[in-house]
Amino acid sequence: MQKTDVLIVGAGVVGCAIARELSKYQLRVMVVDKNEDVGGDASKSNSAIIHTGYDAAPGTLESQLVVAANPMYDRLTQDLEVPFKRVGAILPAFTQEQFETLFAWKEKAFHNRVYDVEYLTAEELLQMEPNLNPEVRGGLYIPREGIIDPFLLVVALAENAQQNGVDFLLGTKVTGMKVRQERVTRVETTHGEIEAAFVVNAAGLYNDEIAGMVGKADYYVSPRKGQFFVLDRKTACRVNHIVLPIPTKTTKGKLMCPTIHGNMLVGPTAEDLSDKLDKSTDEAGLNSVEADVRAMIPGVRIQDAITQYAGLRPQRNPEGLRVDRYDDVKNFLNLSGVRSTGLTASAALGKYAVQCLQEMGLELKCDPQFDPRRKAIPLLRDMTQEEQDQIMQREPLYRRVICRCEVITEGEIVAAIHRPIPARSMDAVKRRLRVGMGRCQGGFCGPRVIEIMARELGVPAEEIQKNEKGSYMITGRVR
Amino acid sequence: MFHVQCDVAVVGGGPAGLSAAVAAKKQGAQRVCIIERDKSLGGILQQCIHAGFGMTYFRQELTGPEYAARFITLAREQEVSVLTDTMVLRLEEDKRLICASGEHGLTEVCAGSIVLSMGCRERTRGSIRIPGTRPAGIYTAGAAQRLMNCQNKTVGRRVVILGSGDIGMIMARRMTLEGAQVCAVVEIMPYLAGLTRNRVQCLDDFDIPLLLAHTVTKIVGRERVEGVWVQRVDEKRAPVEGTEHFFECDTLLLSVGLIPENELTAAAGIEMAPITNGPVVNQHMQTSNPGVFACGNVLHVNDLVDHVSAESEIAGRAAARYALGTFGKTLREAACEAGKGVRYVCPQRLCIGEDLEETAMLYFRVGAPMGAGEIKVESGGHVVASRRISRANPGEMEKMAVRLGDVAGDTVTVSVEPREEKQ
Repeated sequence: MQKTDVLIVGAGVVGCAIARELSKYQLRVMVVDKNEDVGGDASKSNSAIIHTGYDAAPGTLESQLVVAANPMYDRLTQDLEVPFKRVGAILPAFTQEQFETLFAWKEKAFHNRVYDVEYLTAEELLQMEPNLNPEVRGGLYIPREGIIDPFLLVVALAENAQQNGVDFLLGTKVTGMKVRQERVTRVETTHGEIEAAFVVNAAGLYNDEIAGMVGKADYYVSPRKGQFFVLDRKTACRVNHIVLPIPTKTTKGKLMCPTIHGNMLVGPTAEDLSDKLDKSTDEAGLNSVEADVRAMIPGVRIQDAITQYAGLRPQRNPEGLRVDRYDDVKNFLNLSGVRSTGLTASAALGKYAVQCLQEMGLELKCDPQFDPRRKAIPLLRDMTQEEQDQIMQREPLYRRVICRCEVITEGEIVAAIHRPIPARSMDAVKRRLRVGMGRCQGGFCGPRVIEIMARELGVPAEEIQKNEKGSYMITGRVR
Repeated sequence: MFHVQCDVAVVGGGPAGLSAAVAAKKQGAQRVCIIERDKSLGGILQQCIHAGFGMTYFRQELTGPEYAARFITLAREQEVSVLTDTMVLRLEEDKRLICASGEHGLTEVCAGSIVLSMGCRERTRGSIRIPGTRPAGIYTAGAAQRLMNCQNKTVGRRVVILGSGDIGMIMARRMTLEGAQVCAVVEIMPYLAGLTRNRVQCLDDFDIPLLLAHTVTKIVGRERVEGVWVQRVDEKRAPVEGTEHFFECDTLLLSVGLIPENELTAAAGIEMAPITNGPVVNQHMQTSNPGVFACGNVLHVNDLVDHVSAESEIAGRAAARYALGTFGKTLREAACEAGKGVRYVCPQRLCIGEDLEETAMLYFRVGAPMGAGEIKVESGGHVVASRRISRANPGEMEKMAVRLGDVAGDTVTVSVEPREEKQ
């Protein structure tokens, strides 16, 4: 049986942030996830925004965490070499009714201690965003809202945690927990039992199922689907900022923003579902995204979409982001209701969770060996001509461009397959490097990537998966 | 950085590049260099192991690799130099190409003129917006073809093919021969997208159903495709309620169109044409950058490789003349326009010089299938060329030659009108 000081259930952005935070101390830390890769669910399919928390409900834990987390991203993304940019958000009002709510939104921002929100006139807005509907009457500017690569954030947190001693058990599902004398004594998984002094539930969409294993079933988590379009980098109608609609009670609404890689992102819907596996897009949802965003950006070219996707936000019922400790399960920390703002909140949640664990009795001794820096895979497309020349001399695999849309070489792909948190599926490579994420969507590089993966992993091509087990690409050999 | 100096640099060693390179050499260019990203020449022809190539150009039916081999031999005989396993990263001003070469690392190719012949890529699921899940088992037909014919891998057992393009139909037959069951070829338009002969040889001969005016409306499956929903569509291509049919399958192949591969062209600031998605060229296949020429599928998507070879010779000869400084002067220009019944005309411009006996070939496609008709080329209020046809299809390219001395106005308009059949 494996033993650990802390077992984190879930390798999404929250689980990985907690793991990295714990890796600063002299502890044995283990992360388990049912998926084959880190960041496989809500952490990968979202709007990739680092929020300020200006619109959160003041006084809530969610507000506190998001507002505290936002300033951490400059340092964090520098240490972890994750692409991040504070492009700022605008909140335009198009009707008199909307215009009149701006005051309340600014006041809300103030109560959330987001003091740098400013009013903008229609002229200023149109100058900042020439493609905005000219009927705009005025709006707000939220300067510290940022865009990030969400996949790389999770991968980088996990890799840094791993380098600092955290063990990741991927493709390992928690199937049960034994509670004795008010403590979790054993965690049963599909790969054997684990004995942990403390257990952290960061299972996102499946948080309720894990909590149920220790008898905490006074709430449930339901998926709230969001459907998005990703537009080609070459699309003519672009925005420079995150263009947010005025939020409603249920959702922040459908936005348009640049991605950190220069595409345009349009979405999401907010649809309450019951099936936690239903990540399908549908015509009605996609049409509603198009219609709503067109009201703000009339010239948006949805025909330039290179892909559509849907993500599931873990919606807690009753609502709210919660970090719970229990008198009757003393070593179990439960993080539930981490939804849209979770990507942002994760940086603060990592620290918050560690503080809770300390209060629960976890002894924290600083690890002098801790290295906060994680080196990214060097990307040919980001290099100067001299650097390109040098890396090609040094590493011949960098001479072979495999993905021509995103200009990714065999060198980068091989590196991703052999990283501390290895990319072991087509989608895992894609999430780390954008191979196949460009306009040809893998039509050209797909067959070549299969070949490289099979060679590097030493398995037949038939065993290469697109994503999770069962998503095989190849059915056999030509006769 | 490795340096290469040449008269004519050809980007892409598929049928267009090979033909242009050979023609440039024959025209007198001393140093002609093909830059090819794959490990061998031939381009997409190498994965097209079926026959049907060369009937016009060689008057003989060849397979794709055989057709390619003929040109590779010609290129070798003409001493065309080749950089394989090399991809062009950037086309800089002053006709310099920055490349990543498997053998030499970062490489700079300086040329007197450049021929762009990068071919095309396939449209994807994202660009045609099929709702549903995103499982494994959705391939563009060309990607599946490469896996089967170059990597010896099969991609599925029960297949639905969306789009009746030529590669889609050819893959329907190919997968059937490999023991897969092709449930249907589904086409959103009320007519075939590819060549009629491919329908006969690839679908009819194998009893593969062709569903015209139908489309895939939803993809089902968690990890691997489990099936697709197919629906009939009305005249506006909107799905008709009540016509839903579920096909259980593990694979969906997409043959929904090809897009010229013009990343390099657009990044170099060369003027592009909206309908063809290729650069704007004149009859010498010269782009808005005078030393840069384009030919083959990078210019406009062709249905027959034979046309590509012929058209690319024009580009190769012109590029050689440009590099040698013998390119003729232009005295006046005329714009080629698509008239009634015509979707586009390529080249988009005619440059008229001193030689009024020079003829220019106009390539074009009709907008919709039609029966007997007449092609007319008009300029300055006169019909300067015309030809009767028995039928025309958007999937089959038409061409007309025009004598430059006959071009009277600023425009040359190509139109196609139906003709009354006389008993």
